[in-house]
Amino acid sequence: MKELSLNILDIAKNSVVAGASLIRISLDTDEDGWLVLQIRDNGCGMNEETLRSVTDPFYTTRTTRKVGLGLPLLKLAAEQTGGTLQITSSQHGEAKGTTVKATFDTKSIDCMPIGDIISTVCILVAGSPEIDFDFSDRSPEHSVTLRTAELREILGDSISLAEPEIQNWMKEYLQEQYAG
Amino acid sequence: MKSLAELAAIREKMQSKVVIREGAASTRVVVGMATCGIAAGARPVLNTFVDEVNKQALTDKVTVTQTGCIGICQYEPVVEVFEEGKEKVTYVKLDAAKAAEIVEKHLKGGQVVTEYTIGAYKNA
Repeated sequence: MKELSLNILDIAKNSVVAGASLIRISLDTDEDGWLVLQIRDNGCGMNEETLRSVTDPFYTTRTTRKVGLGLPLLKLAAEQTGGTLQITSSQHGEAKGTTVKATFDTKSIDCMPIGDIISTVCILVAGSPEIDFDFSDRSPEHSVTLRTAELREILGDSISLAEPEIQNWMKEYLQEQYAG
Repeated sequence: MKSLAELAAIREKMQSKVVIREGAASTRVVVGMATCGIAAGARPVLNTFVDEVNKQALTDKVTVTQTGCIGICQYEPVVEVFEEGKEKVTYVKLDAAKAAEIVEKHLKGGQVVTEYTIGAYKNA
């Protein structure tokens, strides 16, 4: 993976497979250049044994293809900057779902660029237009948000978020927010 | 500035079209978007298919979708084209330029780009 946005695209797909109806992706960069990436879902969650194994590159749930190299690669990307990866998960109750939290020192020479995050968000929504995505990217330079539930409210049930016209709108909507 | 209000206008424009489009698409382009595909460069390939299908006004005929690992990770980025009444075509080791060529020649022109298919790689 050459961009963090590619890792995000990959990891968020685990949430889709976990049957989530809401996936929240947030990037928060502070003034010192520390980036906190969180991918939170309300999917089926993992049991403790699975949770312990998911960052092992040689562990894979081949039948469901929930995990594989995705999380080990994200862990590597975070740790090579001096950052960390934490995964918490619950299979029951209010907290049901999984949270993947990674921190990055963006000043580190080993920190990959975030890359084309707009493309990642659009592809995720196009691939699972029925799921709600909350995306936010905040830094001292910009504050970008997209909530697909809001778009759905306007569009109604008959128009899919995967429609090319809507995808174009989303792309430009995000581009303009990044331009400030 | 793009606004949510603008989205309402797009909705009005689309509502008449949606009915016609549903179920009409006879060709499916499926892009492998698992870890293997993404790492190999599937994202720009998917973007190119979506953009070019749009530009060439093929959206009534062609839908572009994503799938997980197809099982031939060494050939990623992999794209499968399903056409009604025809055998599946599997394209391998694609990039954005090859994707654009496939839209032009195969999806628009009806000619399979044989040199990018898995058969061509296996026999090479």
